Amino acid sequence: MKVTIDNITLEVEPGTTIMQAARMIGPEVAPPAMCYYEPLKGSGGKCRACLVKVTAGSEKDPRPMPKLVPACITAVQDGMIVENTVNEDVLETRKGIVEFLLLNHPLDCPVCDQAGECHLQDFSFEHGVSSTRTVEERNTFEPTDLGPNIQLNMNRCILCYRCVYTADQITDGRVHGVMHRGDHAEISTYIEKAIDNDFSGNVIDVCPVGALTDKTYRFKSRVWFSKPVDAHCECEKCSGKATIWYKGDEVIRVTGRKNMWGEVTDFICNGCRFDKKKTADWVIEGPTNVSRHSVISANKYGANLIKPAFPVLQAARDYKQINDDRDRSFLGIQPALPKSKKK
Amino acid sequence: MKILTEHIDVPNIDTIDVFMKHGGYSAVQKALKKMTPDEVTEEVKKSGLRGRGGAGFPVGMKWSFLAKPEGVPRYLVCNADESEPGTFKDHYLMWKSPHTLIEGMIVSSFALGANTSYIYVRGELMYVINILEKAIQEAYDKGLLGKNILGSGYDLDLFVQPGGGAYICGEETALLESLEGKRGNPRNKPPFPAVKGLWQCPTVVNNVESIAATSWIVNNGGDAYAAIGVGRSTGTKLISASGHIKKPGVYEIPLGITVEDFIYSDEWCGGIREGHKLKAVVAGGSSVPILPAELILTTAAGEKRLMTYESLSDGGFATGTMLGSGGFVVMDETACIVHNTLTFAKFYHHESCGQCSPCREGTGWMDKVLNRIEHGQGRKEDIDLLVDVAKKIEGNTICPLGDAASWPVAAAIRHFRDEFEWHIEHPELATKPGAVFMRKGASWTK
Ligand SMILES: Cc1cc2nc3c(=O)[nH]c(=O)nc-3n(C[C@H](O)[C@H](O)[C@H](O)COP(=O)(O)O)c2cc1C
Ligand code: SF4
Ligand code: SF4
Ligand code: FES
Repeated sequence: MKVTIDNITLEVEPGTTIMQAARMIGPEVAPPAMCYYEPLKGSGGKCRACLVKVTAGSEKDPRPMPKLVPACITAVQDGMIVENTVNEDVLETRKGIVEFLLLNHPLDCPVCDQAGECHLQDFSFEHGVSSTRTVEERNTFEPTDLGPNIQLNMNRCILCYRCVYTADQITDGRVHGVMHRGDHAEISTYIEKAIDNDFSGNVIDVCPVGALTDKTYRFKSRVWFSKPVDAHCECEKCSGKATIWYKGDEVIRVTGRKNMWGEVTDFICNGCRFDKKKTADWVIEGPTNVSRHSVISANKYGANLIKPAFPVLQAARDYKQINDDRDRSFLGIQPALPKSKKK
Repeated sequence: MKILTEHIDVPNIDTIDVFMKHGGYSAVQKALKKMTPDEVTEEVKKSGLRGRGGAGFPVGMKWSFLAKPEGVPRYLVCNADESEPGTFKDHYLMWKSPHTLIEGMIVSSFALGANTSYIYVRGELMYVINILEKAIQEAYDKGLLGKNILGSGYDLDLFVQPGGGAYICGEETALLESLEGKRGNPRNKPPFPAVKGLWQCPTVVNNVESIAATSWIVNNGGDAYAAIGVGRSTGTKLISASGHIKKPGVYEIPLGITVEDFIYSDEWCGGIREGHKLKAVVAGGSSVPILPAELILTTAAGEKRLMTYESLSDGGFATGTMLGSGGFVVMDETACIVHNTLTFAKFYHHESCGQCSPCREGTGWMDKVLNRIEHGQGRKEDIDLLVDVAKKIEGNTICPLGDAASWPVAAAIRHFRDEFEWHIEHPELATKPGAVFMRKGASWTK
C-alpha cells in the first residue's frame, strides 16, 4: 500500500500503522511517542502525543478524517495522506499535549535520575513552549518502594501504562496496575507488595520519565557523565544482552539495550540488571551507539546526533537523508513544497 | 401519547401478572412466533427510533452494522449505567416497571440473534438491581426467558451486572471492559463494538429507553412510531426535569412539543417556581452546552425551539445545544453560572478515567481555575485560558468524556462571559454567600 507522510511517499505492508510508516522514513517525520512502545502489545493510543492529521483517508475514500488521529494505533489505508510536521493544527495540539503532561509534573529534573534520557524532556524541548500558563498547585504523591530495587515517584508519572503492560506481558502474575482514576490515579502494586519477579526491573527501562527508577543507581551520576557500553554475559534467564554504564572504571548501572526510538526489544532479567556490577561479569562488545539522547552521546565517541533541535516547521521542506546504514532506496521521496533554504 | 409510561402508575405493575394483564409481553409473543429477526430489525429501522443514551444514533442502523460471522456469539448489552448529572429517567423506568425493559431486551436480543444478554446497571442502584433480578426470575418462571422461549426454539439468558460506581463505565467500551471484569477504561476505536465488543465478539450496546421502546414498535409497527414526532425525531422521549421548576420529575413527551410548552405548561414542568424568572437551561444532561433563556425558547433565527434533536441543535454550538440524554436542568435568576460550571467541572475531573493526557490533566486544570474564580482568586487571563484548555481537550481524546467536560465550560463562557468577568473583577461581592450577578436589561433580571 502507498502512504504519504509529510509529502514523502512510501510503500508499506497492509496493517502497518502511521507511526511505523513514519519511523521507516526517519526521525524527522516520526511523531513523538510517550505511551506507544512497539514491543509491548496493546500499548499506545493514550498520551495523544502522536496525533496527526489525515488529509485523505485512502485512495477509495479520499475524504479527510474529521479529527486528529493517534499515529501509533491508526492503520494505514492505501493512498492515505498524512500530515505531521507540516500541519499547524498538529503542532499546536502537540504544544497543548506537552503543556498537559507538564501540568502536574514536578520539573525536578535537577534531582531526577532520568534527566538526560527522559522522553518528556525531549518531548517538551522539541514540541513545547518555554513558558507556562498555570499557577495551580501540583498534585503530589508520596514516593514508594516497589520491592528492594525499584522506586516509584508517582509525581513524575505520566500514566502511559507502559509499565503496566510490561508487568502484564513479561512477568507472570498480575501484581502491578493502576488504582483510582483521572489525575488522582496511581501506579500501584496493591498495598505496596513487592514486585518479586525475575523481570520486574524492566519497568524501569520502559518508563519514559523518572517515575520508576533503579534504586541501585540512585544519585550515583548524571547519565551524561557515564559511558554506555554494549556487553553481554552468559545468562540462563535472559539473552544476557545489555548496556552497562561506566563512571570511571566502575559499572554504576545495567540497562536493557534501547533502539533509536528508546525501546528495549530484548528484556533483561533482574540478576543481570541489579547484581552484575563488575566488569568481570561481562564480555564487552564496544561503545553503545546512542542515537536518541544527545546529552548522553555528547563528547563521546563522536556518536551520531541524529536529532538535534527539531526543525520546527516543515521538516519535509528541508528533508535530507539520514546518515545511517538503513536502506532507504525504497523511499519515493517527493518533497512537494518548494525548497526555501539550501542546506 | 405515552408508550413507555402508559401503565407506570398501575399498582404492582412491577409484577409479571399485572404487567401481562395490561398487555405486557405481547411483543415477545408476536416477534418470536410471527416474525423473523430481520423483520423486527426492519420495523425498528422504519420507526426512526434514535438512541436515547445521548448521541441519538438510529437504533435500527446500529443493529444492521452488527457483524454476523458464523459460529461467533453475539451480545446485546443494555446500558443502564445512567450517571450523567441531570439524568434519572432510566432509573425511574426500571424501578417502576422493570418488565418494560425485560420485554424490550427479549425482543431486541431476538432481532440481533443474541442468546446471552446483559443489563449493566449503575452500582449505586442496588434496590433497582434487586427489582430487576426479581422480575427476570418471574420471566424465567413464565418461560419468557431461558431455553426454547414460548416453544419458538429461541434461547435467551439475561443477566444483570452491577457497575462499580463510575460514570465512565457508561461509555460503551468502558462498560464492556467493566463487564469483562477489568478496569473500566474506554477502548480506542476502531474496532467498534459491532465488530469486536464483549469478549471480542460482535456486540450492540443500547440505552434502557431505546431497548424498552422496541416492544411497542413490534406491537404497533414502525410506521405508527414514526408517525409520532417531527422529522427525524420520532416517537416519545423520557425527559428528566429538574431545577427551579414547579414540578420536577420524569415526563414522557412526544418529540416535537415546544420547549416553552414543556417548561410552562401544567402538563409538564408547570413553569418556573413562584416569583422567579427563567435564566438558563441545560437541556440534555450536564455535558451539553448551557443556553440562556432567550436562546432556549427561540432559536437564533427567531423560531420557537422544539424538543427535538434537530431543533435543539439548531445554530450549532454557537447558539444551540443538544437533546442528549434528556436531562433537562432549569435555572432561574438565583443560579450562579460560575458556581454551576464549577460543579460540572468538578464532576468531570472526578470521573475522568485518566488514560489520555488532555482529559486527565485538562479536567483537573479547568476545575482548579474555576475553583479560584468562584472563590475570588480569578485572574483576567483565566477566562481565555479556560476557553483554550477546553479547545485543546475537545476532539483529542479516546472517548467523548473529554468533549463532555469541555463543552459545558466553553458554553458557559460563551453565553455568560460577563458573569465570569464580574466574579474576577469584584471578588469581594462575588464571594458573599448567595451573591449572583444580575445582567442589566436581561430578561431574567427582576
Ligand atoms: C462518559 C460517557 C458516559 C455515558 N453514559 C451513558 C449512560 O449512562 N447511559 C447510556 O445509555 N449511555 C451512556 N453513554 C453513551 C454510550 O456510550 C452509548 O453511546 C449508548 O449507550 C448507546 O446507546 P443508544 O444508541 O441506545 O443511545 C455515555 C457516553 C459517555 C462518553
Ligand atoms: S510509572 Fe512510568 S511507565 Fe508506568 S505509567 Fe507512569 S510514566 Fe508510564
Ligand atoms: S477522554 Fe477521559 S474518560 Fe475518556 S478515555 Fe480519555 S481520559 Fe478516559
Ligand atoms: S504514542 Fe500514540 S497516543 Fe501515545
